[in-house]
Amino acid sequence: MAATLEAIGLTKTFGAVTAASNITVQVEHETIVGLIGANGAGKTTFLNLVTGHLRPTAGSIRYLGREITRLSPRQVTQLGICRSFQIPQVFDSLSAYQNLLVATGIAARASKDSSNAIEGTGIADAAQRMLSRFKLTDHRDVPACVLPEGVRKLLDISMAMVGKPRVLLLDEPTSGVSADEKFALMDLVLAAISGEGVTVLFVEHDMEIVRRYAQRILAFYEGRIIADGRPQSVLDDGEVRKLVVGEELTRSSAAGASSC
Amino acid sequence: MIIFDRTRTAAVAAAVLLLAGGFFLPQWALFLITLSLAKGLVVLGLMLLMRTGLVSFGQGLYYCLGAYAAGTLGQFLHIADALWMLILSVVICCAVASVLGVLLAAYRGIFFAMLSLAFSMVLYGLLVKSSALGSTDGFNVAASTLAGASLAGRARFIYFAMSVLCALLASIGMHGFLSSNLGRLAPAVRDNELRVEYLGASVRRVVYLNTLIAAGLAGLGGGLTALVVGHIDPDLAYWTSSGEFVFVAILSGTGNVLAPFLGSVLFEVLRSFAYEYSPNTWQMVVGVAMLLVIAVLPSGLWSVFTWRRKVV
Repeated sequence: MAATLEAIGLTKTFGAVTAASNITVQVEHETIVGLIGANGAGKTTFLNLVTGHLRPTAGSIRYLGREITRLSPRQVTQLGICRSFQIPQVFDSLSAYQNLLVATGIAARASKDSSNAIEGTGIADAAQRMLSRFKLTDHRDVPACVLPEGVRKLLDISMAMVGKPRVLLLDEPTSGVSADEKFALMDLVLAAISGEGVTVLFVEHDMEIVRRYAQRILAFYEGRIIADGRPQSVLDDGEVRKLVVGEELTRSSAAGASSC
Repeated sequence: MIIFDRTRTAAVAAAVLLLAGGFFLPQWALFLITLSLAKGLVVLGLMLLMRTGLVSFGQGLYYCLGAYAAGTLGQFLHIADALWMLILSVVICCAVASVLGVLLAAYRGIFFAMLSLAFSMVLYGLLVKSSALGSTDGFNVAASTLAGASLAGRARFIYFAMSVLCALLASIGMHGFLSSNLGRLAPAVRDNELRVEYLGASVRRVVYLNTLIAAGLAGLGGGLTALVVGHIDPDLAYWTSSGEFVFVAILSGTGNVLAPFLGSVLFEVLRSFAYEYSPNTWQMVVGVAMLLVIAVLPSGLWSVFTWRRKVV
């Protein structure tokens, strides 16, 4: 069976800067993959390439064996690769419920399997269900612009889930969320999407989060994948420790120097 | 589904009241309301664009085009039937918008506004130069029948009834559209285009469709105006005419589909009285009224209703 997501020799350059350099990777069905790396290592670029937001300079991307390299974000989304954003991309003037109504409405139009008669209540129900799945019911009628950041993150992710994606890309789901809420947020998200048969790729800077939730880690450095494998082996990798995670030794010797 | 809908009920009630009142209102008031509702149709379309985050400074293009389509059919092709004239207005405007919309859908903000303005001024320029259509003087428009029935002697009331009916159907239709899956994308596009694309919908298609709807409504308004005024000239496409629609749209607010009609009637009343009592400074009166509305009711006249509901 073809890999769910496959990148072959994926390269992206911006002038002299190489944001992705010959990335070749396969992601199997229903795995949870953590993407780590310092700022500018090419994690988000990788997500942008996969979703068609950026056109690769060279290489190709396959999804379920199908070539998707030249498709637009809209087409990629319609095929079942949805994403959330580092800075939540929601409709600020609309309430949480209305945000989800927009999403379910688009999904309903795309699928077109529901007849017109039940469509109206169907999408309202779907939006309501998504609210309760992501524990957003309390914020139902609050405009998105005044929601706390953690809730906006959840709303963003819940909107990505409306289209029943096969692949979910989460760009720093816990950034901007306070340290003691991070685990709760990840637990909530993973519980909400479990049983949907979703392959998850998430970008994360918090190694505790990655260690706990990822089944596999891709470590990025200067546009390359420098390590790929089970969390423990990647996090213990010498190069990863030096270039991405930071040595335990340096942390204790240079007191207070943060490694995130 | 919601069976009782406040807006729909209010629209029907207002239409019934207006039609009943039409038997008692003086001729000048009938004329004023008819014209206001016709212009309200244009503003309704503009409201849809504003909800999509776009301001068109060129709705005069379709307003004028609709009027000229109706006028040309009656005057030069001798099909002086009010119904056909209006149908042609809408069809021509949608046809033109289907071409211009392709270009317009690629622009946002000031560029969308200026491009739409440019198109309307092109039409103005063309009409001023075409002597067959009366250049700056324009020409008279008169319909003799409505769907075959003679209009003789009761044209004014029939136009009034037609504009009430058009306003009713347009507002109910727009209300339904705005709460449909497709219509709900309008504020979504205004708020965050990136997200709309990442949900799998085409922003361009939304903008294109809404441009088309707005054009059709403006064409209908133009056709009605031609009928009720009985005379058309290129000034209908002049930028001040488009500016007036934007003015009324801001005055009304985008809160409800009935707001454009309310705002349009109030604007015409205000202008008529301002013109009557201070013919040389009427623009100042209108301007001050606008300033007051912006200062007191930043989301337009319609916020009077929603504001009261919140306080109670």
